[in-house]
Amino acid sequence: MKIHIRNPRLIDPRNGIDTQCDLFIAAGRVVGIGNPPVAFHANQTIDADGLIACPGLVDISARLREPGFEYKATLESELKAAVAGGVTSLACPPDTDPVLDEPGLVEMLKYRAKQLNLAHVYPLGALTRRLEGKQLTEMNQLMEAGCVGFSQANAPLTDTQVLRHALQYAATFGLTVWLRPEDAWLARGGVAHDGEVAARLGLPGIPSSAETIALATILTLVEDTGARVHLCRLSTRDGVEMVRQAKARRLPVSCDVAAHQLHLTEHDIGYFETHCHLKPPLRTQRDKEALRTGVADGTVDAVCSDHTPVDDDAKLVPFAESEAGATGLEFLLSLTLKWAQESGIALPAALARVTSEPARLLQIDAGHLSVGAVADICLFDPEHYWKVDPQALLSQGKNTPFLGLELPGKVRWTLVAGQIAHRA
Amino acid sequence: MNNPQLDKNGRLKHLLSIEGLPKDILTQILDTAESFAGVSEREVKKVPLLRGRTVCNLFFENSTRTRTTFEIAAKRLSADVVSLHIGTSSQSKGETMLDTVNNLVAMHADIFVVRHAQSGAAHFIARHVAPHVHVINAGDGRHSHPTQGLLDVFTIRRYKPDMHNLRVAIVGDILHSRVARSEIHALTTLGVPEVRVIAPKTLLPEYVERLGVHVYHDMRQGLKDVDVVMMLRLQNERMNGALLPSAQEYFKCYGLTPDKLALARPDAIVMHPGPMNRGIEIDSAVADGTQSVILPQVTYGIAVRMAVMSMLAGSGE
Repeated sequence: MKIHIRNPRLIDPRNGIDTQCDLFIAAGRVVGIGNPPVAFHANQTIDADGLIACPGLVDISARLREPGFEYKATLESELKAAVAGGVTSLACPPDTDPVLDEPGLVEMLKYRAKQLNLAHVYPLGALTRRLEGKQLTEMNQLMEAGCVGFSQANAPLTDTQVLRHALQYAATFGLTVWLRPEDAWLARGGVAHDGEVAARLGLPGIPSSAETIALATILTLVEDTGARVHLCRLSTRDGVEMVRQAKARRLPVSCDVAAHQLHLTEHDIGYFETHCHLKPPLRTQRDKEALRTGVADGTVDAVCSDHTPVDDDAKLVPFAESEAGATGLEFLLSLTLKWAQESGIALPAALARVTSEPARLLQIDAGHLSVGAVADICLFDPEHYWKVDPQALLSQGKNTPFLGLELPGKVRWTLVAGQIAHRA
Repeated sequence: MNNPQLDKNGRLKHLLSIEGLPKDILTQILDTAESFAGVSEREVKKVPLLRGRTVCNLFFENSTRTRTTFEIAAKRLSADVVSLHIGTSSQSKGETMLDTVNNLVAMHADIFVVRHAQSGAAHFIARHVAPHVHVINAGDGRHSHPTQGLLDVFTIRRYKPDMHNLRVAIVGDILHSRVARSEIHALTTLGVPEVRVIAPKTLLPEYVERLGVHVYHDMRQGLKDVDVVMMLRLQNERMNGALLPSAQEYFKCYGLTPDKLALARPDAIVMHPGPMNRGIEIDSAVADGTQSVILPQVTYGIAVRMAVMSMLAGSGE
């Protein structure tokens, strides 16, 4: 299928392109920018007047809930949500049931995802068996099965000896270890930031030191082992500062934040709003500002959705009993645009955080639109505001803290490997 | 954000927490309670205000005293009262809280009195019940216990009518205490100029001073010249562990003894929400002493709960 995308504003952050020009696609790849290749006859022309064409978004954390949690979401529902959100590549954490700790499971997941022919799926393997934090997984075989990194998801790894060995072993094969910095003891039983709101509402708190203590441990072990570590879901000002300093010392670390953390604080919990029960917890205005600065200055490499579809029943209980998480795939683009608008960040720089940068972290060939690149493309209308209506979301998880809000940026077309995967 | 406790006319629809209640509603509850305080002293202790209404006590967490006083209060208002201790029935069969509540709504309960171990449980129920149903929070986790807060300020007002000229100290486990949070909000809303909290750092929430209180760690300093001493119960499970080394050391530093009470004003009153741990947070000599108003608190608790229920029933029409 040959597609001619006519007159979009093309933004390709990796190649520093921001210009009005046509795109030509054939055999699943970009074959021409500006001018068509010789003898190009399009089967379809997309009128992209007023739309922005950027590389399909790369989301480095989206829970697809398969296998094991199909009552929360299915691979099909979530991959449809992905392309509806302009996301064409995503990494999924290993906290499924069973846990992604065996090559067979990873192969099955990749195969099932491929059959659906929607977004590309890159699994993160479990760092330890059953995520129990005791025994290492067969990382080398898991890598061959398609794992792009190794993670504990939200499961704690309290034994620092196991952590050190895991980093050494991963470093042996040049594998990246993904860790969410949170001290399991300080976070124990906590459901909200240990601050003013938790004090008022009587919710058990998680102090900021839960993040910084874990970061100090991880950064020390990175220095010690030379392992490459990606730090997931930073939430505190001090955490961002520690990563900034670690990067200045040239430690092989990178980090991300969840898009919702750029827009919400502990005060959004209001009267026990369970949709604001998130991991890590929403923190203070000061933390939110520091996260925004971190994303702007590149300390934070990528913004992800941290997509966590939760069934309604799991949110229809008192706050502390509710399951943490928010659906996110259909919000990643809009929340990134909203942050860029509010912080005065140019679009190419903002889009880099959800395209080229996450692709670099995953070490995958995605997130750019040069001639010859796989034609994963997101075409969106930056001027269109949409009102968040849970029933209109394609994700099976309707759990969003942004209910009723108007958000900028409507995805009109999503192309995955040159095929139209979504249009609206 | 809408105040979930008030209807569109600003009248009390649910009683979920003291925080967010306007001063005039607090005062109205206290004034109404004043009129009910007399009912309890009459030979026939009943008024027909809630005749034909059903009050359902939903206790997901056990509490003999609070449940009993709510029951008595509802009966004195001539309501039909059903008390369920949910811990032993449907929840253990796997029924969700919302299903339990909706089943009772289907049986035409008018007022729910809810006690639950999780902060926010009463807010949650109030948000999801049918619009004609009223919810009274009888204690949710660490969050709030508004009728206790109200009966405490009612008691204070009876003994110390000039609320604008008082020094009040709350002593003990503020961190885990829904009673303390309710007392603090009730006192500050009613204009008490100085509310102190006295506790070790392990039993104070972060940013507690933002609730409008002065923080003391030394009980002797904190009690100096106060008019009211409000003691809190120390839960057994907190006595030995990482929060406190022992009950004995706690009593030494934060137990209310006659010599510490002597630092307060001579006419200071001593309060406790019960049940008391004698010899841990309070010395028997103080608990049973002339400055103690602990038993009157219980009596007033009935009048305050009658006031709340009658006001809620009135707002439904």
